[in-house]
Amino acid sequence: MGNVLAICEYSGAALRSSALSNLSFARAAATAHGGEVIIALIGAGANAASGHAAKYAGKVIVVEDGALEHYLAESYAPIIARLAKDNGASIVTATATSLGKDVMPRVAALLDAGMASDISKLEGSNKFVRPILAGNAYSTVEISTPIICVTVRQSEFEPAGEAGGAGTVSTAPVGEINLFGASFVRAETQKSDRPDLGDAKVVVAGGRGMKNGENFKVLEQLADLLGAAMGASRAATDAGMVPADWQVGQTGKIVAPNLYFAVAISGAIQHLAGMKGSKTIVAINKNKDEPIFQVADYGVVMEWEKAVPELISEIKKVKASR
Amino acid sequence: MKILVPVKRVPDPTQKTKIKDNAIDLTGASWIVNTFDEYAVETALRLLENGESNTRTGGEVVTVTLGPDDAAKELRTTLAMGADRAIHVVTDDKDIDSLAVVKVLQAIIEAEKPDLVLMGKQAVDGDANQVGQMLAGKLGWPQATFAATIEKVADGFVVGREVDGGVEYKKVPSPAIVTVDLRIVAGHSVKNGVTPATFAYQGEGARLPSLKGIMAAKKKPLDSKKIADFGVGAPAIREVGVTLPPARAAGQIVADIPTLVAKLANDAKAI
Repeated sequence: MGNVLAICEYSGAALRSSALSNLSFARAAATAHGGEVIIALIGAGANAASGHAAKYAGKVIVVEDGALEHYLAESYAPIIARLAKDNGASIVTATATSLGKDVMPRVAALLDAGMASDISKLEGSNKFVRPILAGNAYSTVEISTPIICVTVRQSEFEPAGEAGGAGTVSTAPVGEINLFGASFVRAETQKSDRPDLGDAKVVVAGGRGMKNGENFKVLEQLADLLGAAMGASRAATDAGMVPADWQVGQTGKIVAPNLYFAVAISGAIQHLAGMKGSKTIVAINKNKDEPIFQVADYGVVMEWEKAVPELISEIKKVKASR
Repeated sequence: MKILVPVKRVPDPTQKTKIKDNAIDLTGASWIVNTFDEYAVETALRLLENGESNTRTGGEVVTVTLGPDDAAKELRTTLAMGADRAIHVVTDDKDIDSLAVVKVLQAIIEAEKPDLVLMGKQAVDGDANQVGQMLAGKLGWPQATFAATIEKVADGFVVGREVDGGVEYKKVPSPAIVTVDLRIVAGHSVKNGVTPATFAYQGEGARLPSLKGIMAAKKKPLDSKKIADFGVGAPAIREVGVTLPPARAAGQIVADIPTLVAKLANDAKAI
């Protein structure tokens, strides 16, 4: 029994919404473990987000250092392990983002901790429910190590609200960094004004049937009309029509928006695993036998070339009438 | 260059998931090499060959698995693909958790001293995505996870990692742990300085074993070890139950776009 150390990602002066899902789990775990939530902010600009973080927990620890300009598992993992030990943590948790998935098992190794990945639910104090077999089953695992490491599936936890107070902010030293020879080379990232795929309320996704990247422009018009993020099936990303990080599926992003448009997507198991938690699913496909129609709430059997422009104009009419 | 590739056998993911006695029912299941691990074997082979002339340029690929006696079949598959030898640590799957797997693999890596450990980013049954990073932590090695590309350079490897928002390039020296993602098997993803840059591998996924490869695999060394020799304790992580996800309610086909938009606005209140 002990505290919950929540590793939270931030952007500028604010916690990312993915971190708020982590905090929602962290609060439940702290109650179950009879401890408190301690937020850890790590990185070159970590202190900027400490004011925002302090609205969500009684204690915020900042580890800020120029040497942490680029995230590397080799530098972050020992810092997290040390914070866990120094603060009496029995649970160390992060959201299952690419950072959380990369660093947390390394932290677990340093702490001799058992780990539950990508969990969807906490049961009791040391039982965790998590999807296995591409979401075709849920497994409950019980972990008996004194410290437990966890990554949280963002779409399964509502974002935490503010705690109604201001927590204390303290700093901890970065300590000695050993990168074991690893170095950051460069990042190739896409800048976009659209919401992140992981926390968008609406997602517009296209598949192989879109034929080429140019054709995705009409889907982007639909997305911008709805404030949606863009997604794609693996067939579309592998064919190079759109960036790889648009991929929704078991091996891409797992999303659960209020509304998901699957346009010209056949509905391979791999893709369904990434989106079948969505509240309302709309499928548009010219072939009525595609498996995507089996998970869709509303299906339209029509070519996208005709359906999507009409959809845009009909939604504009509805919006104008309000 | 010696490359060690840990592999796991998994139930064929195209089979329907069934539950019996509060666990996944594997009666009569057919087994395959975990897809990501198969891609790691493919990556290891591509690093050690001239892809254009289809000739091996040296080095050694050693595959390792933990599993029951039957799991030797999946190791033979990796040998038939082109791996040189294999190590089988015989154990019942129920007796080991990820901590035990890491402990056994760590001991094997310390004995084998490979220049690179390549493995899948996760097994497609447990979907845990832990072992590679844990091994790196235990060994005090650098790690590069979710590799979509890998390039051999003079003093190590430059790995293109699939991360939220794009691709991040990270350099790691040798030895290192690299876990691979799906796109590692694309035509130009592996660069070893030998295969001409103009050459692109064709086909989807890993190479299929040739008949010659299958015959040769029967004669390749497969070393069998007992789990008891590794000092593994009782599992600290136990599966205590399995459930199927709730089925989605049946949907409806709507006749046209105005009907769809009306339903989204009025029934689902989604727009």
